[in-house]
Amino acid sequence: MSVHVQPPEVASQGIVGETAQPPALMHRRRPRPRQWLEIALLAVLAIVMLFPVLWMLETSLKDQRDIYAVPAKLVGWTLTLDHFKAVFESDSPVVQGFKNSVLVAGTSTIIATLLGVPAAWAYSRFKIPAKKDQLFFILSTRFMPPVVVVIPIFLMYRDLDLIDTTLGLILIYAAFNLPFTIWMMKGFVDEVSAEYEEAAMLDGYSRLEAFWRVTLPLLVPGIAATAVFALIFSWNEFVFAVFLASSESARTAPPAIAGLIGGTTIDWGLVAASAMTFALPVLVFAFIVRKHLVAGVTLGAVRR
Amino acid sequence: MARVQVSGLRKQFPDGTVAIEHLDLQIEDGELFVMLGPSGCGKTTTLRCIAGLERQTAGTIVVGDEVVDDLRPSERDIAMVFQFYALYPHMTCRDNIAFPLRAQGRPKAEVDAAVTEAARMLQLEPLLDRRPKRLSGGEQQRVALGRAMVRNPRAFLMDEPLTNLDAELRADMRAELKHLQQRLSTTMVYVTHDQVEAMALGHRIAIFNDGRIEQIGTPLEVYERPASLFAARFIGSPPINLVDVELTNGSLTAAGGLRVVAPDGLRRGDRLIAGVRPERLTVLPPGAEEAVEGRVVSREALGDETIYVVDAACGELHVRMPPTAPYAAEDPVAVRFEGGAPPVYDPTSGQVVAT
Repeated sequence: MSVHVQPPEVASQGIVGETAQPPALMHRRRPRPRQWLEIALLAVLAIVMLFPVLWMLETSLKDQRDIYAVPAKLVGWTLTLDHFKAVFESDSPVVQGFKNSVLVAGTSTIIATLLGVPAAWAYSRFKIPAKKDQLFFILSTRFMPPVVVVIPIFLMYRDLDLIDTTLGLILIYAAFNLPFTIWMMKGFVDEVSAEYEEAAMLDGYSRLEAFWRVTLPLLVPGIAATAVFALIFSWNEFVFAVFLASSESARTAPPAIAGLIGGTTIDWGLVAASAMTFALPVLVFAFIVRKHLVAGVTLGAVRR
Repeated sequence: MARVQVSGLRKQFPDGTVAIEHLDLQIEDGELFVMLGPSGCGKTTTLRCIAGLERQTAGTIVVGDEVVDDLRPSERDIAMVFQFYALYPHMTCRDNIAFPLRAQGRPKAEVDAAVTEAARMLQLEPLLDRRPKRLSGGEQQRVALGRAMVRNPRAFLMDEPLTNLDAELRADMRAELKHLQQRLSTTMVYVTHDQVEAMALGHRIAIFNDGRIEQIGTPLEVYERPASLFAARFIGSPPINLVDVELTNGSLTAAGGLRVVAPDGLRRGDRLIAGVRPERLTVLPPGAEEAVEGRVVSREALGDETIYVVDAACGELHVRMPPTAPYAAEDPVAVRFEGGAPPVYDPTSGQVVAT
């Protein structure tokens, strides 16, 4: 916690760092040749990276004839929203996938958060035997790529009758998100001074009440950021979805969209529109948590 | 309000470090009791044990007439002001102050009245609707005090509450705190590493060192009669002069011929350390009787007094003189002891042997 102590001559200006005027903007310097080069290289990189996305966006908006036109039309095509309409039609093969995705990603995130936040609090606040080893073990479950364990999990799920169920996907995603949630939330809990809880305990609350009334409200931004990360993971996950849920009733959007490709004819417009629809929530969420994305990377690097 | 009794307290942390070896304290009802010591001496751990934030390894803590060892912090009816205040950042000052009363489920009207009263007393009325972040250090401090006093706890615990304020504000808050304690006549346990704060505030001071108490006494007692070399060194600025002396012919003699009045009960030939406060020495022109010859090393004219450091045969001596003293750096001088017998210490045990 910072403490503001005011020299008397500026006391009338309010609290240092709170109300002080920002310094006047310096004149922006003219970019030098080196910087021009950087800008040019970055532009090339951006075009290369963004071209597939741009092409997907175009395809999703193009008329069927323009999609198959040879040579491909970069400009001058007819705009249509038919493909997007097809995505949400009742006989669309992906609409159930989207419903399942919302259910699976949402529920697994809620479970991971409900379990992970108290766990992170406990790991941050309490003296636990072999705490570091436990935390390392939790993290180690994320060391290997998920695809490595997909067969054992498939066999387990077959015995438990969890194949082709949304419940199965919810459980596996919650399990994969839990270590991440614990680790990221522990960073956020560490940032909230334990003194707040101690003060609340002396003010007449039990430890849990102190957590609920004082620490939890201060953790809300961290919880939101962590939950969005977990949500994005569950939303994008493909490997488990494809192995564990092949029937349309349980299939999430990624395999459903992938399933559009592979018939005798491929409706590229529908594929592109589905993919756009699928990508949009992630883009929005990533935009919301972009600050925390950086914070998550540098968490703990700076000691207050 | 209540007295606080600590007996046989011991605290060992799970990693094996012993923060408190053995501690006995009796803090009277309405007393402002200061626990003073360097960092890591166990004073804050003691405070946290009294609060219930740490569980002691052994020993008993009694608040009022109740043994509180098995009570949770919330059940002990003790308020604490933290070093960093620990004001809840997501609440306004009003809600911060009202927090402990709401925890008790008091009716809204009563809470409002109590908050208003506390705010009036601490001159916080215009700030009540602000968040703690928007307050200066001194204002945050007052809100923390308000939160502590609003529910009339049995005792106040203060963990270095003034450390994070600048010097001027600290002196103001010190006076305000003392005034507040008198007005409320509450039992207050105050932890600090600042000896000036301890001397200015405390009815009694406990000097901590390495998990033990070196001395408990009134400010004057610990200043005049430190119980150990550690206590002697810790209190006083400029620091006490610790002079190696030997008992000869009924008085203590230091190297170079400085003679110090001997307390009763010493044996001839004893080698001891005398604790001589700077104001008990006088700088004189060279050649004075019963004095040690030396050279002025530094001279600090503070306006109301002048502090001399004199390099003599018995070591560097700090001498407090009136501002009119005429000596300059490098002057040859003599230093003489004045007044009654000072405390003397055993060089091996570091404990006072006679006063």
